[in-house]
Amino acid sequence: MFGYTFQWNQALARLPKMLDGAVVTMEVAVLSMLIGIAFAILLTLLRLSGSRPLRAIATGWVEIARNTPALFQIYMAHFGVASFGIHFSPFISLLIGITFNNAGYLAENFRGALKAIPDTQTRAGRSLGMSQLQAFRYIILPQMLRISFLPMTNQMVWAVLMTSLGVTVGMNSDLYGVTQDLNALTFRTFELFAIAGVIFYIITKAITLSARLIAARLFRY
Amino acid sequence: MFDTALTTADLIFLAKGAGMTILVTAISVAIGTALGIAFGVIRVQFGAALTAPLTFVLDIFRSVPLLIQLVLANAFLGMVLKLQLSGFFVACMVLSLYTSAYCAEIVRGGIDAVPATTRRAARSLGVSWGQDMRYIVLPLATRVALPSWIGLALGVMKDSALVYVVQVTELLKSTQILITRLQEPLFLLMIGGAFYFLISFPLARFGGYLEKRWSND
Repeated sequence: MFGYTFQWNQALARLPKMLDGAVVTMEVAVLSMLIGIAFAILLTLLRLSGSRPLRAIATGWVEIARNTPALFQIYMAHFGVASFGIHFSPFISLLIGITFNNAGYLAENFRGALKAIPDTQTRAGRSLGMSQLQAFRYIILPQMLRISFLPMTNQMVWAVLMTSLGVTVGMNSDLYGVTQDLNALTFRTFELFAIAGVIFYIITKAITLSARLIAARLFRY
Repeated sequence: MFDTALTTADLIFLAKGAGMTILVTAISVAIGTALGIAFGVIRVQFGAALTAPLTFVLDIFRSVPLLIQLVLANAFLGMVLKLQLSGFFVACMVLSLYTSAYCAEIVRGGIDAVPATTRRAARSLGVSWGQDMRYIVLPLATRVALPSWIGLALGVMKDSALVYVVQVTELLKSTQILITRLQEPLFLLMIGGAFYFLISFPLARFGGYLEKRWSND
């Protein structure tokens, strides 16, 4: 019909390799998310702090992460820092790039969530003898994470999609990198990338679905 | 540290890349928004069940990496259909559809934010569907949707950095080409990054301002 012979068998024979790649993609995404959340909480604390320079650093991080392409951030983590004689492996560069991006976006989400939590709660905690940090840790933080659960799910999906950018810094063990290598080997571009696309689709759907189940269980009342 | 081999010709080369980024973004956002408004209105008007196929297709654009969408579209149009299309055309086409998928969500959210009672009141006063859309829904929905839409347009500009994969030399690719030649990655990347930042940051702030201003009343 198209004057083009689809050869799905050739591509499907490589499925196990691509699934291995999908595992690496998930590893990067989950790690970048966990470290990203930790940094985002730190950034949120810095932005709440009284110190001007600390606030400026946190705001700078957030604004750069949100206003430049993720690809640029990954380039910076790979080629940019190489100017200082620091050479990261593609895996680490990709992880740093995505983590930087995640932390910036999540910190902004956390700030939005904080607005929904009344100041009086911190003061109530303080008057019960908690320190500033204790009040944040035991009263504000749990509510903040809870309110931003949905944005965090979206960011997780973004993190998975962003792993495909690793190929630009020479990453070849993630799903996109593996597909690219297989494409160079077999030249079944359409078939291979269609399968990769389906795998990505399944991963993102699995994330949103499981997040919904977790949310239903965690936030019952 | 401040020595650089960057020449005026290189700067013009970067400016051309920046121009390409803006051109691809402008075309994609314009077409994508028009399509997105149509898709959004269709989804609200015909209900979730009837438009499930549309929702599914649009969802694919949001669940598969843009890089793969570009490679797939290029392979399908070039290798399967054997069409001789420029990379620029493929890039604009994919980015437009990508934009429309997100825009449809924003439009739907905007229309849903208009109270059904307000619309019914209008209709019961003899206002037609078209007039209701034009004079009731449009002004109210715009207040909700415009800040998100600005965010989307800026997101598309940042995502347009990926069209290098279909041989379109936009800003980040131009930067990358110069890095290969001049071996000054940090300096060149900072120029490229600053360009994105200087466009994105003020507009993002403006979007935030509109959101704050319009959410009070």
